[in-house]
Amino acid sequence: MVMPAEQAGVADSGQQAPAKIEVKDLSIHYGSDFTALSEVSLQIRENEIFGIIGPANAGKTSFLKSLNRMDDFTAGMRISGDILFNDINIRAVRNVYALRSRIGVVFPLPVGLPLTIYDNVALAPRLRGINEKAELDVIVERCLERAALWDEVKDRLNALGSLLSGGQQQRLTIARALSQEPEVLMLDEFSIAVDPVTTMRIEDVLKELKQEMTIILVTNLVQQAHRLADRTAFFLNGQCVEIGDTEDLFSGNVKDSKTQDYIEGRFG
Amino acid sequence: MQQAQTAISGRLPDIDQRDLAWYVDKLLQFLVFIGGISAIILIIGIFTFVTIEGFGFLLEGFSFKEFFLSEWWEPTDEDEPTYGILALVAGTASVTGLAMIVAIPFSLGAAVYIGEFSTGKTREALKVMVELLAAIPSVVWGFIGLSIMNPLIIKLFDVPVGLNVLNAGIILGLMAAPIMTSIAEDALKAVPDRYREAAEALGATRWQVIYKTVLPAAKNGLLGAVLLGVGRGFGETMAVLMATGHAINIPGSVFDSVRALTATIAAELGETAVGSEHYQALFTIGIFLFLITFVINLTADLIVRGIRKS
Amino acid sequence: MTDTTMTNQFLETGINSKDKRTQKLFRLLFMLMTILLVLPVLIILTTLIVKGGGILSIDFLFTNPTNGMTAGGIFPALLGTVWIVAVALLISVPVGIAAAIYLSEYASDNWFTRIINLAIINLAGVPSIVHALFGVGAFVIFMGIGTSILAASLTLAIMTLPVVIVATKESLQAVPPAFREACWNMGATRTQTIQRIVLPNAVSGILTGVILEVSRTTGETAPIMFTGAAFFLPVLPQSVFDQTMAMSLHLFVVSTQVPNIPEALPYGVALVLILMVLLMNSLSIALRMYLRGKKKW
Repeated sequence: MVMPAEQAGVADSGQQAPAKIEVKDLSIHYGSDFTALSEVSLQIRENEIFGIIGPANAGKTSFLKSLNRMDDFTAGMRISGDILFNDINIRAVRNVYALRSRIGVVFPLPVGLPLTIYDNVALAPRLRGINEKAELDVIVERCLERAALWDEVKDRLNALGSLLSGGQQQRLTIARALSQEPEVLMLDEFSIAVDPVTTMRIEDVLKELKQEMTIILVTNLVQQAHRLADRTAFFLNGQCVEIGDTEDLFSGNVKDSKTQDYIEGRFG
Repeated sequence: MQQAQTAISGRLPDIDQRDLAWYVDKLLQFLVFIGGISAIILIIGIFTFVTIEGFGFLLEGFSFKEFFLSEWWEPTDEDEPTYGILALVAGTASVTGLAMIVAIPFSLGAAVYIGEFSTGKTREALKVMVELLAAIPSVVWGFIGLSIMNPLIIKLFDVPVGLNVLNAGIILGLMAAPIMTSIAEDALKAVPDRYREAAEALGATRWQVIYKTVLPAAKNGLLGAVLLGVGRGFGETMAVLMATGHAINIPGSVFDSVRALTATIAAELGETAVGSEHYQALFTIGIFLFLITFVINLTADLIVRGIRKS
Repeated sequence: MTDTTMTNQFLETGINSKDKRTQKLFRLLFMLMTILLVLPVLIILTTLIVKGGGILSIDFLFTNPTNGMTAGGIFPALLGTVWIVAVALLISVPVGIAAAIYLSEYASDNWFTRIINLAIINLAGVPSIVHALFGVGAFVIFMGIGTSILAASLTLAIMTLPVVIVATKESLQAVPPAFREACWNMGATRTQTIQRIVLPNAVSGILTGVILEVSRTTGETAPIMFTGAAFFLPVLPQSVFDQTMAMSLHLFVVSTQVPNIPEALPYGVALVLILMVLLMNSLSIALRMYLRGKKKW
C-alpha cells in the first residue's frame, strides 16, 4: 500500500504505522452560519487508539460524523476538505454503505434497536449474508462478551434490545458495532451511560481490540484518554489545537498552554 | 492487513464497488418516488380528463351567461336545450348553508367539550362515537333522509313533502360534523398548555380560559375546520341526491325541494350518450365542482398550516 | 384580554359564584351538544336493527334478489362489493405505501414535498362524483376498460389513496429516527433499514389504515355508479372485466328505484351495509388502542 502523505501532520512518534484515515483541511458547517469545525488536518494510524479530548462544542462529534458520511442524513450539515480512508477519498466512494460497514460507531445516546438482543447483534452479519445459525451464535456471543454484556443477557437473548436499561443498551450498541468487524471503531463518550466497573471492563477490551482495528475515542474524561490513547488530539472551539503522543501531552510536553490548562482541569 | 476473524471480513463489499444491495436501494428509491408523485399526477389527471370530456361543450354550446346566470337546467328540451346551473348552485348552497348552521355550533361545541372538559374514558368513548359517525356511508345517510327524516318532517311541520332543504341540510350537517369536530379538536389541542396554565394561575375559570385564551389562539384551525366542512358539503353526492327531493328550484324556504350540482351529474350521467352535448355539460359541472373544492381545500390547508408554522 | 385577566388577579379567592355558574352552564351546553352529535349513531343503528333486523338471515345474505328485487337476498351485491374492495386494495395499498415511504423516509421539507402533500389533501377533497367523472373519462372510455370491476376499483382506489398514505406515513414517522441512523451506521442501505427496522414496526399502524380504507371503499356509491356497478345483475362476476352489483348501489336502487318494495328489504340492505362499515371501523379503532398499550421502546 502506497502512502503518499507519509510525512504530513505531526509525525513525531517512534515507529510510524501507516495512516488509516487522513483528514486534510476539514471544515464542517451547519446551516448557513454555524461553523462546527474549521481547517482540521490530521492522520489516524492503523491499530492505534486515537483519543480526542476537548470541552463541549469543540467539534468532536461532528468530526466523527464526517468520517463515515453521516452528513448524508444530518440536516444542514456541510463538509469541505478531504477525508481519505485507506487512501480512498470517502467523498468519491461508489458504495457509501460499504464504507459505513467498515466503520463502527458508538454514540453517547445508546440505541437498542426494537429487535431481540440476538437480532441486534446479528443484524450486521445478516446484512452481509451470514445466515447460518451456528455461525451467528458464535458472533453474537463473542461480541456480547467483549461488550461486557453477555453474562447479563445470555439467558434472555430473545428480549427486546430497545427495552434494556440505558447502560445495557450502550453495551449492546458496542456489541453491535463490533459485530460488523469494523476496520475503524469510533466511540463518542461511550462511558456516559455505563457504571465505572463496566467502563473499566470495556476499556480493557478496547486495549485488546487495538490489535484488530483502529480506534477513535472521543471522551470528555481526560483520564480515560490518558489510560487508553496512544496519541491524543485536543479540540477547542472547532479548532484542533494540538496533536501529540498521549504521554507527552500528559507529562506537560505541550505546544499550546491551553492544552495544559484543559488537561489539568482549569476549564471545560 | 487484518487477520481474518470470521467469515464476515471476506464478505464485505468493496467500498468502491456497487453491489446488489446498492442497486436494489436505488431501485426502491425510484419506485417510492413514483408512488410519491402519484398524487400530483392523479390530481392533474383528474382535472385533465374531466376537462377533456367537457371540452366540446366549453367550445361550442357553452355560454358563460347562460351557464352561470340562467336558472333553467333543461338539457333534454328537444327544441332548445338550456344549461343554466344557477338553480343547482342555489340548491347546493342552500343545503350546504343549512348544514353549516347545524354543524358549526355542534361540532365546535363537541370539540370544546371533548378537548377541554371531558377526560379519560369519557373522552375516548366520545371520540370513538364521533369516528363511527364519520364512517357511516353517504348512501346510508341518503336512505335515512328518505325513510326516517322524510316522514318525520311531514308529520312535524305538516308539509306535503319531507324531501327538501331542511332534510338534506340536517343530514349533511350530521355528515360534516364529525370531520369538523376532529379537526377543531386538533386545533384546540395545538394550543400549548402553558396558555391555559397562565390564565388559570390568574384565577380564571375553565370556561374563561377557553373563551378568552384557547378559542382565540385556535381560531385559524377552527376556521380551517369550517372550510373543510363546507368543501365536504359542496362535494357530497348520494345523500343530497336522495334527501333533497331532486327538483330544480331556487328555494324560498327550507321546506322547498331543491337539486344539487353533484346530484344532477349522478342522476343524469347514466342517461346521456357519451360525447353528446348534455354529457359534456355534465362534465363541465364537474370541472366547476373540482375548481371550487380545490380552492376551498387549498384555502383551508393554508389557514391550518399557518397556525402550525407560528 | 389583558385587562380582564388583570382584574381577575384581584379577585384572588378567584372564582366567584357568577363565574362558576357560567362555567357550569357552558359545560352543560357543550355536553348536550356532544351528546346530540353522537346520539344519531345510536338512533340510526337502533332504527335499522328494529326495522331491518327481521329480514336478516343466512338466506338473505346468500341468495339472489328475485321478483324485480322486491324479494330474495343480496348475494350478488355482497359478493360484488367484496370484489370491488379487494381489487381496489390491491391497487391502492402498494401505491399508498410507496408514497408514504417516499414522504416519510426520503422527502425533505421543501416546496416539492409541500406540493405532494397538497395534492394528497385535494385528492381526498375532490367530490366523489368528480372522481366518478374521472373514472368514466380515464378508465371506461380513454383506456377502453369499459364499465367493469376493474374500472370501478381503479376509481375507488384513487379516491381512497389518501387514507392509506396518511395512515402509513403517520405510523412510519412514529418509528424514532435514531433507529434508522443506528442502522445506516452499520452499513445498511435505506432499503435494508426500511425492510428490517421501519416497516416491521409500522406494519400494525398501516393495517389500521388499510382497514379504514376497506370501510371507506365499501360504502362509496357515486364513484362506482357509472364505472362498474350495475343496478340489477343477478349473475356473479367471472373476472375483473365484468360488471357487478354492489351493496352501496343496491341500497340506492332498492330505496329509490323499485316501486312496491316491502319496507323491511331496504332497511335490511342498509343494516348489512352499515354493519360491514362499522365493524371495519371498530376493528381499526380496537387495533389502534391495542397498539397504544404495547410499547416496544
